[in-house]
Amino acid sequence: MNDFLFGIYPYIALAIFLFGSLVRFEREQYSWKSESTQLIRRGQLRLGSYLFHIGILMVFVGHLGGLLTPLALWDALGVSHGVKQMIAMVAGGVFGSMALVGLALMIYRRVSDARLRAMTTWRDKLTLGWIGVTLLLGLSTILVSRDHLDGHMMTLFMAWAQHIVTCRPDAAALVADAPMVFKLHMLMGMTLFVIFPFTRLVHVWSGFGTASYLLRAWQVVRPRQ
Amino acid sequence: MSHFLDRLKFLSRTRETFADGHGAVVNEDRKWEDGYRNRWAHDKVVRSTHGVNCTGSCSWRVFVKNGLITWELQQTDYPRTRPDLPNHEPRGCPRGASYSWYVYSAQRVKYPLIRGRLAALWRDARKTLGPIEAWQSIVEDPIKAASYKQVRGQGGFVRAQWDEVTEIIAAANAYTIKQYGPDRVIGFSPIPAMSMVSYAAGARYLGLIGGVPLSFYDWYCDLPPASPQVWGEQTDVPESADWYNSTYLMVWGSNIPMTRTPDAHFYTEVRYKGTKTVAVSSDFGEMAKFGDLWMAPRQGTDAALAMAMGHVVLNEFHKNGQSAYFRDYGKQYTDFPMLVMLRQHGAGVVPDHFLRASMLPNDLGETVNPDWKTVMVDADSGALVVPNGTIGSRWNEAEGRKGKWNLEMKNLADGCDIDPQLSLKGTHDQIASVGFSCFGGEAEDLLFRNVPARRVALKDGSIALVATVYDLMLANYGVDNGMGGEHVASAYDQDIPYTPAWQVKHTGVPARDVEIIAREFAQNAHDTQGKSMVVVGAALNHWFHNDMTYRGIINLLMMCGCVGKSGGGWAHYVGQEKLRPQPGWTPLAFALDWQRPARQMNGTSFFYAHTSQWRHERLGVSEILGPTADAARYQDMALIDFNAKAERMGWLPSAPQLETNPLDVARQAEAAGVNPVGFAAQALKAGTLNMSCDDPDNPKNFPRNLFVWRSNLLGSSGKGHEYFLKYLLGTQNAVFSDETDAIKPTEVKIRPAAEGKLDLLTVLDFRMSTTCLYGDIVLPTATWYEKDDLNTSDMHPFIHPLSEAVQPLWQSKSDWEIYKAIAARFTEIAGPYLGTQKDLVLTPLMHDSPGELGQPFAPKDWKLGECDLIPGKTAPNMTVVERDYTRIYEKFTTVGPLLKKVNNGGKGIFWQTGSEIDELALLNGVAANGQPRLNTAIDAAEMILTLAPETNGHVSVKAWAALSQVTGRDHTHLARGREHDKIRFRDVQAQPRKIISSPTWSGIESEEVSYNAGYTNVHEMIPWRTLTGRQQFYQDHRWMLDFGEGLCAYKPPVDLKTVAPMLNKSPNGEKEIVLNFITPHQKWGIHSTYSDNLRMLTLSRGGPHVWVSEADAIKAGLVDNDWVEAFNSNGTLTARVVVSQRVPDGMILMYHAQEKIVNVPGAEMSGKRGGIHNSVTRTVLKPTHMIGGYAQQAYGFNYYGTVGANRDEFVILRKMKNVDWLQTARVEGEKA
Repeated sequence: MNDFLFGIYPYIALAIFLFGSLVRFEREQYSWKSESTQLIRRGQLRLGSYLFHIGILMVFVGHLGGLLTPLALWDALGVSHGVKQMIAMVAGGVFGSMALVGLALMIYRRVSDARLRAMTTWRDKLTLGWIGVTLLLGLSTILVSRDHLDGHMMTLFMAWAQHIVTCRPDAAALVADAPMVFKLHMLMGMTLFVIFPFTRLVHVWSGFGTASYLLRAWQVVRPRQ
Repeated sequence: MSHFLDRLKFLSRTRETFADGHGAVVNEDRKWEDGYRNRWAHDKVVRSTHGVNCTGSCSWRVFVKNGLITWELQQTDYPRTRPDLPNHEPRGCPRGASYSWYVYSAQRVKYPLIRGRLAALWRDARKTLGPIEAWQSIVEDPIKAASYKQVRGQGGFVRAQWDEVTEIIAAANAYTIKQYGPDRVIGFSPIPAMSMVSYAAGARYLGLIGGVPLSFYDWYCDLPPASPQVWGEQTDVPESADWYNSTYLMVWGSNIPMTRTPDAHFYTEVRYKGTKTVAVSSDFGEMAKFGDLWMAPRQGTDAALAMAMGHVVLNEFHKNGQSAYFRDYGKQYTDFPMLVMLRQHGAGVVPDHFLRASMLPNDLGETVNPDWKTVMVDADSGALVVPNGTIGSRWNEAEGRKGKWNLEMKNLADGCDIDPQLSLKGTHDQIASVGFSCFGGEAEDLLFRNVPARRVALKDGSIALVATVYDLMLANYGVDNGMGGEHVASAYDQDIPYTPAWQVKHTGVPARDVEIIAREFAQNAHDTQGKSMVVVGAALNHWFHNDMTYRGIINLLMMCGCVGKSGGGWAHYVGQEKLRPQPGWTPLAFALDWQRPARQMNGTSFFYAHTSQWRHERLGVSEILGPTADAARYQDMALIDFNAKAERMGWLPSAPQLETNPLDVARQAEAAGVNPVGFAAQALKAGTLNMSCDDPDNPKNFPRNLFVWRSNLLGSSGKGHEYFLKYLLGTQNAVFSDETDAIKPTEVKIRPAAEGKLDLLTVLDFRMSTTCLYGDIVLPTATWYEKDDLNTSDMHPFIHPLSEAVQPLWQSKSDWEIYKAIAARFTEIAGPYLGTQKDLVLTPLMHDSPGELGQPFAPKDWKLGECDLIPGKTAPNMTVVERDYTRIYEKFTTVGPLLKKVNNGGKGIFWQTGSEIDELALLNGVAANGQPRLNTAIDAAEMILTLAPETNGHVSVKAWAALSQVTGRDHTHLARGREHDKIRFRDVQAQPRKIISSPTWSGIESEEVSYNAGYTNVHEMIPWRTLTGRQQFYQDHRWMLDFGEGLCAYKPPVDLKTVAPMLNKSPNGEKEIVLNFITPHQKWGIHSTYSDNLRMLTLSRGGPHVWVSEADAIKAGLVDNDWVEAFNSNGTLTARVVVSQRVPDGMILMYHAQEKIVNVPGAEMSGKRGGIHNSVTRTVLKPTHMIGGYAQQAYGFNYYGTVGANRDEFVILRKMKNVDWLQTARVEGEKA
């Protein structure tokens, strides 16, 4: 079971995420959007949205960097596992909380306004709920990590992640003994990638895509075809 | 290609760069752009328009894609105008452009609906009873009837099948006809010109069953009574292109850019020719900014301004014959030279009737109609002569005198040329001291001025004093004609009626402006032979004394010889009243191809009586009576008494007509073996038969069934909205007025007030309007993009169609198909029930018929024993019409035989039209009964087009020839050039087509001149259809004289007394201020249409709003966008306030007809949902508009009659403390 969930499921999730996004981008261009409700009501959106997006982006970057940076590099930089663990806990705690507060504001806004409530689809509810639970689980891992500040557990997760992305076998075994809260958080997080292509989350792709704006020419002209 | 891979072509993406690499030409995929292209792609384009009574009459392209109406765009393919004129196109405005929103909106009525409670009663009754018995069991049971009537307007509709609703309607109509009479089935639909076939559908059904269509033009107060009074013409005006021919253009109370949006360009373009434009408006309307000058008279005082301008013109251009052009025009085309008798009054005399041939020895040689021939002095011989062209020459003229009804300056008796003498000055026998009525709050109400007069020996041996209208006019305007005496001004700065200095205290306009503009206006007319024009509109006409303002302005135009001149004259624009192919449409609409005459009723009097607004009348006759009247004669009369009298005397029509069912009257007469007409006349005299007008609250006299189609009667035009709700419908209302202190009628019977008179209100609409909300049955009708119909306007000379772009959506049907379905069902149910009946139909003494020569002098009421009852002379005409109720559907769907057997015609001339009927039989095919088929709306349109002179050149030539018989002058040359033109429905679908000249209208369609009213009167010498045959400055009917309107006078607004009882009566702690309530047309809608359209709501305030001035806002403690309540004893309304410099102090301006269904909160005064603009108004009738049987002052449908004025009203404005949206459910059992 553990093998499936942490050894095979990550690939299933990644596959659905990548192929799903691709298929949606190819077939459903008109549905590729963030579905912002800003036009309907602006109240609370600005604060909630900023908090959430800054928080969640930083959390994402933190996970990405924290999990995938080879341990050797940290060691070479002289960052001890304990220090790294502290950085992860503090930064994750701060940004995770920001995201959670922002999310709470946005959920409140959605349910308190009749018009927004009427516009909210079950997919929106799923997305918001899923992120919310994942965030809560992620934050609660801090409580667990407090008990082993040596960073050992963290290195196991890093190894697991690096095994997964480099397609090495036996990744699942690395996390077999991790506390349940970590496992739940990981499963929720992976499944977030599964629902990604079917929800408004696809706008994340475009969000990163906008970075290309920094490199484009000032004026872009399309010739007749 | 792949969208994703496209994004990955980093290397080949940039084809080249430019501007030092700051620009890039890229190879991006452009497929996504097709999304925008497809939005505007379409499968077909269909020509249609909007039947919305806006006068725009713009042709539109409607785009259809995949069977869906997607959008609309202005058509730009009108036939070209002349090279020296700007084109008419593109025509359209944002309102029309937003129409397609309605088609699929939530506002759309998609299925037949019935009031839930009625449906339950009906379905229950139908389990055991037949349709007619079922209907009877509901409406004759007071509890059952009240149960659905008192929830009208409060929702509760359920869906129904067409089969069920047509059954209810048919049963209700049939039962009503048998129980009460066919004249208890009423229909209201306005403005046929906006969709002629749709109007005709309902009117034809009513015509066949004996029901009564109500007039609308007068009810809307768009009818200017001054026009029939002066010209004998309902309304005829220049097309908008003729503004461009004017060289001095005044725009007076008509907001052209806002209400004539597609035509406004002519107003701006003409300025580039050097034409001076003058705007006159109390508020800073949009037209004001296009004026070179802007005069802002206090609202309701425009007559004073017009009179002062007239004073200047008479003084500077007429008094000493300064303008030969004006003098010659006045002689030939106005009543200036006609002689008026002067009657002894007090120390002097007052103007009385025109001198008639019948008063003079030997009737001046006239054997026919000498009472109706007016007299002038021939300057050459000094003799009294009857000139050609008086109304007496129009009808049944003697041999040898036939063909003399024209404006040639000839002596009728011998055909010799005459020179009409304008002034008796110099040839006068004495100087008479003539009293002129004055109403402006002057020290004296009768001003005596010196007038040159002549003594004339009458037939009876007495000596009469007479004066010309011209001399009376000079004196009336206070012009010093060298006759000496008082009350005439030798300088403009004297405060004497009607000098420029005098008007300042009424209008607030600087005297100098008046003087300069009057002088320029006249000088321009003198120099150009009449190219001075005045555009006027509702802002002036919606006042109680509208005719005084209008006559003041018309006088100005007549003095300056502008009427009938290209680029000159009176341009009155209100509703889309110009039904160009009228003579082709009339038989279709009123079923005159099967039986004549049809019943018709004037809307204003009908609603005044049946919504019981008369029970709350507080305007006393003494307040409006002139100083020369015998007040004792009128002192006990309330306004409703005048109206009842007018109906009895055959002046105005009636509906219902007789207290006894007219079918029963005819049956009783036949049983007695006598002619029903004689029988009814006897019974009326004996008092065994009564007219309904004398007892409006008798249940026998209630209107029982009402159809409303193409109209939002309750959300738009229903003046006295709350009275409608209370009395006619019997439902929740906000009438605060207490009738105990109202004026009580003496001739009309008073009973306890009746509520809920109407048994069945059937509304046809495509959108859920306010009227639909109050309906019992709502029928889904086709939108303007889903039916075939015809449309014309007075603003341009084209006829063009509405077309079916898609079939009527959901379960809707076109009006034609709906009434056809009702007719079929009615025939099925009523045929066996009613069989064939004789119906006694009452019709008034009609204008343009010999009946207009009714009572030549003092009016006499048979009921008071003042004269005998002679139908068609001193009482309504009575005709027996046979109605075969088993053939209603057959008759509805075929063209009847009368057109071929008898004739067709219009405006008093008739022609044979058998060949057109034969043609129609070939075109439409022949039905089983051998008559031409009239199955579809297009068949009906073809009938109109084939029979009308305006769209069939052959008919036009025949019509002109028929007129030539009466005038003795050949007019057929006006149509010869287009004799072989026939405009068919497919032609107008291909392109709007130019109308053909027709004697129905007073202008011509030509490649040389733009359409201008009165053009043929002046250029073809066709008389105006008035007593004198000329344009009349003077009105000599006894009532006109008694109400002080023989000559034009300034009359201030009337006091309707609706504010005092309510002021500070139930305070909410906010300041209450009193303002004059003005309801102009709006920017974000056309009447009520579009005011619930999301696109227009988005562009505007998004709900009801009123405008007040900054100073008044401060007084009432208001800031922009506050919620306010405006109320008086008529009712209350809620709105947001717009605080604007546009509005003068003392005025509150509310765009009329903002729907009650969008964003209307509860009112604090009533606790009910706030009303519409008409919640604070009430109709008030003016007796002079009831005059009938008197040449031009004779009734015609939408031609003359009482008008629904509403601008004299005041309201209390107050900020709202609580904005309550009344979201809770209705409490059952609560008093409605």
